Amino acid sequence: MSELSAQLPAAKPKLQLARFRDLALVPAILVLLVVGFIVSPIFLTAGNLLDVVQQQTELGLVVLAEALILIAGRIDLSLESTVGFAPALAVALIVPASSHGLGVGLPEWTAIPLCLLIGALIGLVNGALILKLRLSGFVVTLGMLITIRGVQLGATGGQNLFDLPASVSYLGSATWLGLPASVWITGLLFAVGIVVLGFFRQGRALYAIGGNSDAARAAGIRVDRVVWTVLVLGGVLAALAGLLMAGRLGSVAAAQGQNMIFTTFAAAVIGGVSLNGGKGTLFGALCGVLMLGLVQNILTLAHVSPFWYGAINGGIILVALMLSRLTTGKAQD
Amino acid sequence: MTQPAAQARDISKRFGRTLALDGVGITVAEGSTHALVGRNGAGKSTLVSVLTGLNRPDSGQVSFGGEPAPPVEDREAWRRRVACVYQKSTIIPTLTVAENLFINRQALGGGSLISWPRLRRRAAELLDEYAVAVDPAAMAADLTVEQRQLVEIARALSFGTRFIILDEPTAQLDGPAIERLFARMSSLREGGVTFLFISHHLQEIFEICQEVTVFRDARHILTSPVRGLSKEDLVEAMTGEASGLRTEGNRSPVAENSTPVLKVSGLGLPGQFQEVDLAIRPGEVVGIAGSASSGKVALGEAIVGLRKPVHGEVQVSGRRLRPGSVPAALAGGIGFVPQDRHKEGLVAGLSVAENATLPIAHKLGRFGAISPGRRRAVAESMITDLAIKTAGPEQDVAGLSGGNQQKVVMARALADQPSVLVLIDPTAGVDVRSKENLLDAVDRAAGSGTGVLVISDELDDLRPCDRVLVMWHGAVAAEFAAGWTDGELVGAIEGIGESSE
Ligand SMILES: Nc1ncnc2c1ncn2[C@@H]1O[C@H](COP(=O)(O)OP(=O)(O)OP(=O)(O)O)[C@@H](O)[C@H]1O
Ligand SMILES: [Mg+2]
Repeated sequence: MSELSAQLPAAKPKLQLARFRDLALVPAILVLLVVGFIVSPIFLTAGNLLDVVQQQTELGLVVLAEALILIAGRIDLSLESTVGFAPALAVALIVPASSHGLGVGLPEWTAIPLCLLIGALIGLVNGALILKLRLSGFVVTLGMLITIRGVQLGATGGQNLFDLPASVSYLGSATWLGLPASVWITGLLFAVGIVVLGFFRQGRALYAIGGNSDAARAAGIRVDRVVWTVLVLGGVLAALAGLLMAGRLGSVAAAQGQNMIFTTFAAAVIGGVSLNGGKGTLFGALCGVLMLGLVQNILTLAHVSPFWYGAINGGIILVALMLSRLTTGKAQD
Repeated sequence: MTQPAAQARDISKRFGRTLALDGVGITVAEGSTHALVGRNGAGKSTLVSVLTGLNRPDSGQVSFGGEPAPPVEDREAWRRRVACVYQKSTIIPTLTVAENLFINRQALGGGSLISWPRLRRRAAELLDEYAVAVDPAAMAADLTVEQRQLVEIARALSFGTRFIILDEPTAQLDGPAIERLFARMSSLREGGVTFLFISHHLQEIFEICQEVTVFRDARHILTSPVRGLSKEDLVEAMTGEASGLRTEGNRSPVAENSTPVLKVSGLGLPGQFQEVDLAIRPGEVVGIAGSASSGKVALGEAIVGLRKPVHGEVQVSGRRLRPGSVPAALAGGIGFVPQDRHKEGLVAGLSVAENATLPIAHKLGRFGAISPGRRRAVAESMITDLAIKTAGPEQDVAGLSGGNQQKVVMARALADQPSVLVLIDPTAGVDVRSKENLLDAVDRAAGSGTGVLVISDELDDLRPCDRVLVMWHGAVAAEFAAGWTDGELVGAIEGIGESSE
């Protein structure tokens, strides 16, 4: 029987490693902590690290959205435009024309629900085009990205929206139990996501669909309905990210969220989420987000010229990819 | 009279230009094992997809136990009524074996929270029950084709539904695994479970089925009790012509002293096979048989570059091939049929013509441009030669029936007039008559000087071989010259005729 057992596809030690694939980025994060400590004494203070985390919450939510969509085997490029458009439209419907609003004058309390609803609608339309008309998800969401961004620019004439409703400013500045509200919100959503994707049939369905959607359908999963739900959820999360960003900055910039999609993909892929679907975890994606935040922070503390940020960030992304390839031993795709 | 377990009436289904089902019906009596047979492309798998709610028929009704079938949107309701092993793999490669076994019911009925240790334990029990030697925590992508098939079967039988459909479950299994499957099916049948069973191995129909339905060209031809039917009757119903089966090919004997076209020396891959030596002369057809654990498939894959051997070398026409490289093997003059046609055999989304002519694309035009006219002409002759049933050379291969996809893979292997052909399970899923076409094509290739290696357990594939090697636990254990009897070969494959331990 020894021959037979030699044929078993996974030997024990490999299996142990596979279980820790999630933790692949933890060593890299530890290295960054050490580097940061050497670069500046301020780095390892609670205040600084908290700043890093808070700054990453908005990206974190978009990465959460994109990771869910990628795991289900789809792609959404329009998330970054939702980050700008959803809060912009919601705010414009509320604030007076003097603050560059549309002069509709909806009540202030509607700001947050309205914004999330707009995000959901964008996801809904994406889903309709992709699932009902069977159009390519890449092109649909690319078109959506350009359109929405354009509408926002056209309608605001490139101006920022000021005088945010109190509820929005509150979200961006409140602290709950000593931590910024945005950290609580993002942390909680990640925690819920990790539990649902790890331990609930509904969450596992995303992996099944991303891995082989025909097989998922045969197994009784309502593939289209799940994918549509995920796209809508993605829009809502991106809109929430936009709210946090607007609240933190005190206005909605015309270019809010611009170019965020690149960092989003970088964080997700560094964190082990496959662009081919069916692979990766939200915990991994979260590690990717934190890693990018730490790098950014260290560069700032080391007084590196901002003109070099792009090059260094890009380099770090490539190195991180190679590192996680080494630690997991699995080809990325 | 009790209601039939499943019934379909007047089902029609069209895919574009192809009418896949033309007003067919089937009635599967409660507690029976009902066979569905027909040539490749007859519409069997299409009926299966209708009976499992994956495809909505254009017209017609399905009922289970006398009650109309649920709407196709309600997947859960379908799953309670019918379980199925589909012809095309429904394993999800990115998930573990355990999760695949309990896909979409991972919580095992215990609330909605999944307990992974419990899931793995239950999976291990289930795999044990079916004697599948697979680690439940392994990724499904790492399984062999046989292991994947066994996992699918174990899963379908474990649902506890009263009606189970098996679409060519035995095409990828070795003898002992088939025996185990049949034993399990008959014990379930005693418990009242009803089966619809599809296979191109007609002897299996006679072994386990009570009734048989024959489809031909999308139409229902006959339904009859198996008892009293002969194999010839069945073949006649399937093909529509009274038939003598294959006459043995009449290749001229191979020249004794010619230099080998394929020479394998000391080839080894730890855990799979060791120290394999093999020489095939031009025009010689050599078979390799062996059980799933014999390493024969891995050997074939190492020869064609799908796996990288650790020891030894492969020479084609005296030139050494770079190990583990498919392009090097192709350039060296090897044509091959891989075991997994979906992974290594076909490019879904490309047409039949493009797939079949992939290796000769550079010869179909000048300066790297492909002349569509010439490709079409070449493809059309392949389609007639191998009796590929397709709407035309431009059809997407993904829309072909399983057996016809297999023929396209074969056409591709033969396209470049290779000096060596390596065929792994070349007739898996191919109907009795088309099998003859394929074997004739192999004969013709050998006749023109190609050395052929056939890796298979199918006695029909091995019969035309000049000699058959039997592998056992990674080494060649026996050799038979043409003229062996079924009994001695099967004995050697299962390791009982030989004192090989
Ligand atoms: N998705 C599809 N698109 C286009 N044509 C299809 C599709 N599915 C099936 N067909 C066509 O319908 C016919 C019946 O196919 P089906 O798969 O039911 O055959 P089968 O009897 O199962 O054959 P096999 O024995 O080879 O598995 C074939 O001609 C096939 O080309
Ligand atoms: Mg079929």
